[in-house]
Order: sequence, then structure tokens, then C-alpha cells
Amino acid sequence: MSNFKTKLAVASVAALISGLGVANAANSDLTLAMQLEPPHLDPTSAAAGAIDSVVYSNIFEGLTRFMADGSVVPGLAASWNISGDGLTYTFSLQDGVKFHDGTGMDASDVAFSLDRARAEESTNAQKALFAGIADVAVVDPLTVKITLSEPNGSFLFNLAWGDAVIVAPESIKNIKTNPVGTGAFTFVDWVQGDKIEIARNPDYWGEPAKLESATFKFISDPTAAFAAVMAEDVDAFAGFPAPENLPQFAADPRFQVIVGSTEGETILSTNNKMPPLDNVKVRQAIAHAIDRQAIIDGAMFGLGTPIGTHFAPHNPAYVDLTGNSNYDPAKAKALLAEAGFADGFTTTLKLPPPSYARRGGEIIAAQLRAVGIKTEISNLEWAQWLEQVFRGKDFGLTIVSHTEPMDIGIYARPEYYFQYDNPDFQALMKTLNATTDAGERTKLLQKAQTIISEDYVNGYLFELAYPTVANAKIVGLWENAPTQANDLTAVYWKD
Amino acid sequence: MERTSAIVTALRSRNFVIGGALSLIFVFLALLSFIWTPYDVTTLDIAHKLQRPNLSHWFGTDHFGRDIFSMIMVGARTSIAVALLAVGMGMGLGIPLGLAAAASQGRWLDEFIMRGNDLIFAFPSLVIAILITAVFGASAVNAIVAIGIFNIPVFARVTRGAALSLWSREFILAARVAGKNTARISLEHILPNVANLLIVQGTIQFSLGILAEAGLSYVGLGAQPPTPSWGRMLADAQTMVSFAPHLALIPGMAIILTVLGLNLMGDGLRDLLDPRIRNARS
Repeated sequence: MSNFKTKLAVASVAALISGLGVANAANSDLTLAMQLEPPHLDPTSAAAGAIDSVVYSNIFEGLTRFMADGSVVPGLAASWNISGDGLTYTFSLQDGVKFHDGTGMDASDVAFSLDRARAEESTNAQKALFAGIADVAVVDPLTVKITLSEPNGSFLFNLAWGDAVIVAPESIKNIKTNPVGTGAFTFVDWVQGDKIEIARNPDYWGEPAKLESATFKFISDPTAAFAAVMAEDVDAFAGFPAPENLPQFAADPRFQVIVGSTEGETILSTNNKMPPLDNVKVRQAIAHAIDRQAIIDGAMFGLGTPIGTHFAPHNPAYVDLTGNSNYDPAKAKALLAEAGFADGFTTTLKLPPPSYARRGGEIIAAQLRAVGIKTEISNLEWAQWLEQVFRGKDFGLTIVSHTEPMDIGIYARPEYYFQYDNPDFQALMKTLNATTDAGERTKLLQKAQTIISEDYVNGYLFELAYPTVANAKIVGLWENAPTQANDLTAVYWKD
Repeated sequence: MERTSAIVTALRSRNFVIGGALSLIFVFLALLSFIWTPYDVTTLDIAHKLQRPNLSHWFGTDHFGRDIFSMIMVGARTSIAVALLAVGMGMGLGIPLGLAAAASQGRWLDEFIMRGNDLIFAFPSLVIAILITAVFGASAVNAIVAIGIFNIPVFARVTRGAALSLWSREFILAARVAGKNTARISLEHILPNVANLLIVQGTIQFSLGILAEAGLSYVGLGAQPPTPSWGRMLADAQTMVSFAPHLALIPGMAIILTVLGLNLMGDGLRDLLDPRIRNARS
């Protein structure tokens, strides 16, 4: 017994000392919480955004990279030349770049990464990004020549995605559990279900990270998230899941609340092949039955920007088309009657876990009920949602936020889960991909936004806001989320 | 004469009176909600959300601007309906099984029924309820089935235990000698003599049923929106406790008071119906 007590005393003293140690080191260490834990750590073989949230720019880098404002800047490529016909890109790589395992990064690694991503058997979640690549040639160790089959105005943008990062053949085998990249942080440890630790890379080729180490902590429950931030168990929470708690944090001098924009178009996704939703009049009626502001206020506590099409409002090419689907229940009823559903109809409304979907779903159900459309609500976990809705296409309506940047191209894929099949739109996207002139691209993008808005493909609700709650002394966190990422390379504590 | 004295004894039992009154209040609210509620519970009024209790909304409004008092009324209906049907299912299947087991005591039928009961008892009930609703989909009906299944062995056991001791009594022997078969004896002589016990057990199971319904709808597996349920009201209120505590306190109190009321009533009933205690009093 006494022995046990001694052990206990020693243990508690040790805990105390280590606790003090953490407190002292607080200026160079950061614990950042997020809601979802990644399934594994290879951004080049899965769609899960949580992977990029940990590794993008911290561990892995691409030829180009996104900045916090969404602009694309040089990454591992120091500079590039584009041939006059827009078909050949010659990249000059940064000199002296080393992977975390000590091997050098050169042109052959770039060729390996891109060839792996675009290969037939590749499991890359965004293969379309690489579809236009005809050939990747190593000119010399620091020069890569990429030839496209047709001009692609967004090629440099595509290369900035987390799915296009540069990996090494030497470390590819264990990339899912031991990611080896070129970034300013190295992977240290992953306690599954709890946290991932990274540490500053002393041999980084560029400007070194200001933090010595950082921990990503995964807290899925909104109530636990609130408690963890309030108790200062975590230094920051990126993508805080409960917007209703933000005013409290904002009023507390210990914290700062950063509300940024995302690429997340939150939509009432509609199965365009399921009667009666295949009738454009019915979809238009749904659009007019929805009061966006009520959803933003009721589900998101005021956070979010109304949208009238599938496009981010902060993008210069955005057109405000909310007028096409203004809140007008009387018009909705008239349209339903015109379509032959004067007495309404019943459809399913399948809701994934986030509060924008669960709460938004209840509000939309009430709004649709007011014009005679009954919905059978079922709440699904993400795995069930992916299975039933995204892959199985077994749904009438669902609510989801499409967080990929510039993803209007999904409307050109008739097999995509909402099954919109419009040859004109598909042709327009083809033209857009082949256009490199910025002004011309804007025009085409605006036309695309108008087509899907006037076809009422989906109910366009709002652009998701990106709330981050952080200790007031933290500087350098990304305000917006131009892609799913928590770039910690420029983060530091001010005194 | 005997009837009036029973009522007087009942009214003297403090547990029974308080418990009965609490239970009656909620039953009354549930019944009233069929014909009248202060506000429509499916209409959202987001402009008036998160109001504190006031004169026009006695219990305030929730995060969608719905009237919480109306939701409590309709929620009582949901809770009581689910619990009542689940207990009914448990009684309807459990009591015949218990009677049959007692009648064939020691033989294979008895063994079969009782080991089946043990099997169900061996699983944590709420976990299995979650499994059932997760497999067959979340709905009030599946919640009833899930809770009901776990009531079957409870009633089977109570019935068998009480019936076993009766089978060796003289009046049963007399009935046997008179030529009545096992089924008739079970129905006409055993069942009336274990009824008191079953009523008490039923009250307790009913309160557990209300708790189980609240638990299932708390994790999203009970009645689906827009039907209000106390458990989901609690779950929805979770992140808002720090600035709108009434959202969680009110459905929480409703659950506590109903369960307390039913338990007190069950205790009171047991005291009243137990002949030993009854005789000791008079």
C-alpha cells in the first residue's frame, strides 16, 4: 500500500512537472482541434477533406500552393514557363529540397507523383485534375516538362490541390500511416481517435515554421468542442461546429473568433432522375418555397451568405442569382399546381450529421410542408449517407455542403449523385476547360452559373462560413478556407 | 363499503397520491394535446427564437421559435404512447410465456422459455434497442418494438415466479381435481392472483419505458422530426445550455417528474395491493 502511495506521489509530481513544462513551452507549441479525424494520411488517395486539414502545406507540398486568400503561388516549383499554345508547362524546381527521410526531391519525384496520380489504377479522388496531362518528362533534375493534350486555363490551380502534392517512391509504401513529405513540419505520431503530432522540420528548404511543434486534436461532439475551448484544453478550434456558441467566445477576452469564407456551397441536393423531382417546375416550386434567410438564422445563427447558384460569392466571377429563387410560397404553390401536383407530394429528405443539415433539414421540411410537399426525414451518419445517397443515389432530397474549390464542373457529370444531365452544360464546361483567357473564362463561368440556376438543379441555400475560435494570442491562422487546410507554417504566439 | 375503504386507504398513501397526481398531469397534457395546444408545434417562427419563459410562451421558445410548452404537451403524448405500447407488448407476450413456463415447471418448455429470457436479459437493453433501430431504421414504431422486446422477459419472470408458488396451493389442486386443464387453471385461477403484482410491475416498466424512449430519441433513434419528443429536445438543447438553459431544463424536468410520478405511484400501488401490508394497516 505504502509502495503504491509512493508510486502515486512520484507519478503526480511527474505529471505536475510535465504540466509546467507544457505551460512554459506554450509559446512554440500549438494544439489545434478539428471535428473530423482523417481515415489515413495520404491526400493523394482519398477524398476525405480531413486528410488535407492535417497534411496540406504542413507535411506535403505541391508544385504550386494555395494562399489563405485563395490565390495560387509557387510551391516546390520556383518558376514556370508556359508555351504559346498553352500546351507545354516547363517547371523549374526549388533547389535543395529534401524529403523528411533525407532523400532529395527532384524532377523524377515530380514525374513519379503525377504519373501515379493519373495512372489507370490510381485511387486519386480528383483524377479529373490530371486528365489533361499527356506526358510528364524529366528534363534535368531540377526541370520538369508537362505536356497537356489540350490547353487548360486552370492547370496551375489544379496543381495546388492537396490531391496533387509531391510524394517520393522511397516512402510511398507507408504513406498512409507515416507520411513523408517536403513540408515545414514532419510527422511525429498519430494516436488514433485522439490526436496527430507534428514537429518543425529543421531542414526545411524555405522559411522555417515558427512553431516548434503542433498537435491536431479530434473532437467530434459539439458540446465537447465547446467545453474543450472554454477550458483552454485546445488553443484553437478550426471549423467550430456549433455557431450558436460563437457570440460567447467573441465576448470573452481570452478568445478571438475568426469567421472566414469557405468554398462550401450548401445546397438542397435534388435527385434529378427521381419523379416528380425530374420535373423542372417541381424543382422551381421547391426553390421558391425555401426561405434562405430563415435557414441561415435558424440553423447557422446568422452565419452564411445566401447563394443562388453553385458558386462561391467571394469569387470575382460570381453572379448573384438569388432572385431566380426568391422566397415566394404562393408562386411555389402555383408552380406545383401547373406541374400537376396541386395536392403536393411526398419525398425523402436524408440528412448527414452536420448541424447545417440536421437543423436546416427541419426548417426546410417545415417550409416545404407549408406549400404541400411532405418530406420523410431520416438522419444518417456519414458512412450511411455516402452509401445510400452519394453512391446509391437512393434519395429525393438531401442537404450537403460541397467544399471543393471551383467545383461547378460536377454539373457536367450526369453520373454524379444528383444526376443532372444537360448536354449544353457539358459542352460549355468543355469549352471552359479549353479556354485560357481570363476574361473569356469569367464569361463562360457566369453562363454556367446561370444555366444551373435557371434549371433549378438543386436548391441553392448558402455559402458555408468557416468559424475558427482561437486563443487571442495566436497569429497567422488562415481566416478563410480556400481549400481544406490548416496551414500552420506561419502561425505563432504573440507575447 | 369495502370499495370506499379502499379509496380512503389509497388517499392516505402519500406516495400514491403524489405519484398519481404527477402522472395524471402528464396524461392530461398528452390527451389535451390532441385537441388543443397553445401553438402549432410544426410551425417554425425563427424571428421569435430562444425566448425566455414569458406570458405568451409559458416555457419560452426553442432555437426554431417553437413554443416549448406545446412541445412538452405533444412530447408527453409521444413518450406515453411509446411506453404504453411497449409495456403492452411486454405484457401481452411476457405474461402468457410466464404462465406457460410455470404450468410446465421443470420440463423442457419451462427451460426453453426461461433460458430465452436469460438470453435477452444478458444484453444491455439500451444497446440492443440502439442496434434494432439502427438496423431497421429510426422511427417511433421501431422504438416501441425495441423497448417492448426487453419488457417480455421482465413480465415472463415475474409471472412465473409468482405463479410457481400458487401451483402447489390447495385451491389449484381442487381445480385440478375438478377436471380443469392447465390452460384454464392458468387463466381462471393463477392470473387473477398474480394480477396485483403485474400491475405494480407494469407501472415501473412504464416509467422505464419513458426513460428508454427519451434515451433513444436523445441519440436520434426515436420519433423522427417534426414530431416533438423530450429526448430530442434535450439533444437539441445541448450546445445551447450555456446561454439558454431553459431549453434543456424544461424537457429534463418533464422526464424527471413523469418518471418520479410513475415510480411513486408504483410504490404506492404495491403497498396498497400487497395483502400483508394492507392487513397490517387495518
